Amino acid sequence: MALAKRSFDAVVVGAGGAGLRAALQLSESGLSVAVLSKVFPTRSHTVAAQGGIGAALGNMDEDSWLWHMYDTVKGSDWLGDQDAIEFMCREAPKLVYELEHFGMPFDRNENGTVYQRPFGGHSQNFGQRPVQRSCCAADRTGHAMLHTLYQRNVRAHTQFFVEWMALDLVRDSSGQVLGVTALEMETGEVMILHARATLFATGGAGRIFASTTNAFICTGDGLGMAARAGIPLEDMEFWQFHPTGVAGAGVLITEGVRGEGGYLLNKDGERFMERYAPTMKDLASRDVVSRAMATEIKEGRGAGSHGDYLLLKLNHLEAEVIDKRLPGIREIAKKFANVDPVKDPIPVVPTVHYMMGGIPANYRGEVVVPQGSNPEAVVPGFYAAGECACASVHGANRLGTNSLTDLLVFGKAAAESMIKFLKENPGRKDLPKDAAERTVSRLARLDNQKNGESVAEVATEMRRTMQSHCGVFRFPDTLVEGVKKIRGIADRASRAQIKDKSRVFNTARLEALELDNLIEVARASMVSAEARKESRGAHDRSDHHQRDDVNWLKHTLWYKDGDRLEYKPVHMKPLTARTIEPKVRTY
Amino acid sequence: MRFRIFRYDPDKDEKPTMQDYDVRLDPHDRMLLDALIRIKEQDDTLSLRRSCREGVCGSDAMNINGKNGLACITKLVDLKEPVELRPLPGLPVIRDLIVDMSQFFKQYHSIKPYLVNDDPVPEKERLQSPQEREELDGLYECILCACCSTACPSFWWNPDKFVGPAGLLQAYRFIADSRDQATGERLDNLEDPYRLFRCHSIMNCVDACPKHLNPTRAIGKIKELMVKRSV
Repeated sequence: MALAKRSFDAVVVGAGGAGLRAALQLSESGLSVAVLSKVFPTRSHTVAAQGGIGAALGNMDEDSWLWHMYDTVKGSDWLGDQDAIEFMCREAPKLVYELEHFGMPFDRNENGTVYQRPFGGHSQNFGQRPVQRSCCAADRTGHAMLHTLYQRNVRAHTQFFVEWMALDLVRDSSGQVLGVTALEMETGEVMILHARATLFATGGAGRIFASTTNAFICTGDGLGMAARAGIPLEDMEFWQFHPTGVAGAGVLITEGVRGEGGYLLNKDGERFMERYAPTMKDLASRDVVSRAMATEIKEGRGAGSHGDYLLLKLNHLEAEVIDKRLPGIREIAKKFANVDPVKDPIPVVPTVHYMMGGIPANYRGEVVVPQGSNPEAVVPGFYAAGECACASVHGANRLGTNSLTDLLVFGKAAAESMIKFLKENPGRKDLPKDAAERTVSRLARLDNQKNGESVAEVATEMRRTMQSHCGVFRFPDTLVEGVKKIRGIADRASRAQIKDKSRVFNTARLEALELDNLIEVARASMVSAEARKESRGAHDRSDHHQRDDVNWLKHTLWYKDGDRLEYKPVHMKPLTARTIEPKVRTY
Repeated sequence: MRFRIFRYDPDKDEKPTMQDYDVRLDPHDRMLLDALIRIKEQDDTLSLRRSCREGVCGSDAMNINGKNGLACITKLVDLKEPVELRPLPGLPVIRDLIVDMSQFFKQYHSIKPYLVNDDPVPEKERLQSPQEREELDGLYECILCACCSTACPSFWWNPDKFVGPAGLLQAYRFIADSRDQATGERLDNLEDPYRLFRCHSIMNCVDACPKHLNPTRAIGKIKELMVKRSV
């Protein structure tokens, strides 16, 4: 089957915060750019971010990027790369000002500057007291940011391919990346997008779990494509459970609620976080709060008739504050929890929220893989930014607000690396003969598959397995069993079947193609988690309760081929600052 | 629970039909979208858009028992059976509940939906008082779901000429922004018998908006500014 082909200087896959920030840079530099998105850009999952963007503007009280860097390294439980973290924290204020200049409707202080709220794990003077660092637009910061970036791209005449799903990465025999294959949903047509530089900004994959704050579209497409093309995935055992998902519904309630003065209670009405984190209390980092909550539930202090959730109290805040700073939360609580938070507390549980791991990248947004003795050889023509990438700024646990910061900083940095690469490498390499082979055979299998299980059935089984074997608390025997199970499910997924054979907007086919990606992410996560014999950040093992810097201060690399694992060192040396040495992590 | 759903696949159907579904729900299924996912598990040919499932991305707008809304924040208990679901009215149907939104986005793009400010870029943020910022409340929250524009008869008749409530709400969002310097051009861009003035204030848009925004009020403000500058 010969596929149609179109050529561009750059292809960006994904139009969330990172993809749009990168696209803007590329479009404005006059390159020919194609931005592919499964959904209309403003429907990308960045839209759901609520609490804010972390940047040490110092609008509220004294702040410094060094303190932001310290908090991020400590938040990462020392697994974050300190060069990338320094880069992000130093660049952040610039990128936030720029976003303001683009028209972002930030909340304001009386003096006209951007309002900033306190957030978990963000502190003044190296952990002394909470600081107000989160730049926000009420509790709709992601929405405001995504729309602002889209609007700026409209101004820049960025070329979008809306409702196109990228299917596979095109690499030649030298390993260079030359674009992607992609499916136009409306027509069912498949095409090769031949690119001199390719950026993945495909977001997260929370949909491998049964209960997640993530949107349906968060299916790890970039990770699946990378893994199938032989690129390893980094630190996939680290999944963030957000402390406050609405019990039963999974919908996110921002940490900004606690930033604005809300706090958690157990069934006895005790403010239990005071016991677990005496200084930061409810504003400790997310892994710490989620573990505390899971412990409360486990030890019988959960609320409700089944004792399976905790209470987020904010009715001591003035209704005016709630309506001004947290209007979206009030709406969500009423809709999804049948609770008006002005009167009653919201039932919440730790819920899968963010993937700290991803496609291995450096702070310039270049994808890097081990080659010979070099653990980080650049893959020519391939870039990754945002949640799908592992730079790694979040290490074993991401701080709230740092995801949006990550999107802006590394979206722009990746685009600048691409522009430089394109200048230095003016030619265009030919596509290999087998460029579309993998895609064509995946589609042919789906068309011809008979007697398989339904995609929904297999996906449900995968989500259930991840939830019960790879949760907040992890146990050696359930992890071993989880690996076995997830391999079995991967096998079933490879035979899953769809009934819909239409060419036009075939969502069954899309979900089947997404399952191919989800299953790679699930396998990578379970296998990497089983192998890491320590507790660090979001990864908590019952048989190895402590962080083990002697043996495990290193990044995991998972290869699809044979579920092989390798490890590489953490970058302990920042760009200009002094190394923040590992120490015991308390809040 | 019983549903009647609009079905049309141009790949095989000559004309649209309504298909009946009777689906057993799980106790956790609270919203219409939950039920649609349940139906799709049984019949994977049913096509719809969906993503965030919490009313912020704007993907799953549809016509629900005659009224436009988002499936993900429409409670099942509030719906009369059989629940009749159709694609958003007035836009070409691609398949089942999926409509072609090109015309809708073309109108959105036509109002130049971005901040215009030609002053030299300051080193830090441009200052804006909390009162000036408040002017944007009720405007910037739009999720571009198209519930409003596709509930508007003026948009049905002239989708190519009338900007429609969603686009006009955004036009006013930039006019109202103290940082924007293009009010004159923005008003020029709407000074036309169709683009703005096809709005006859019947307020279907206000009724349809799942985010409780008020395009009619924004349109009224634009009209006021038009009058003000002409005297």
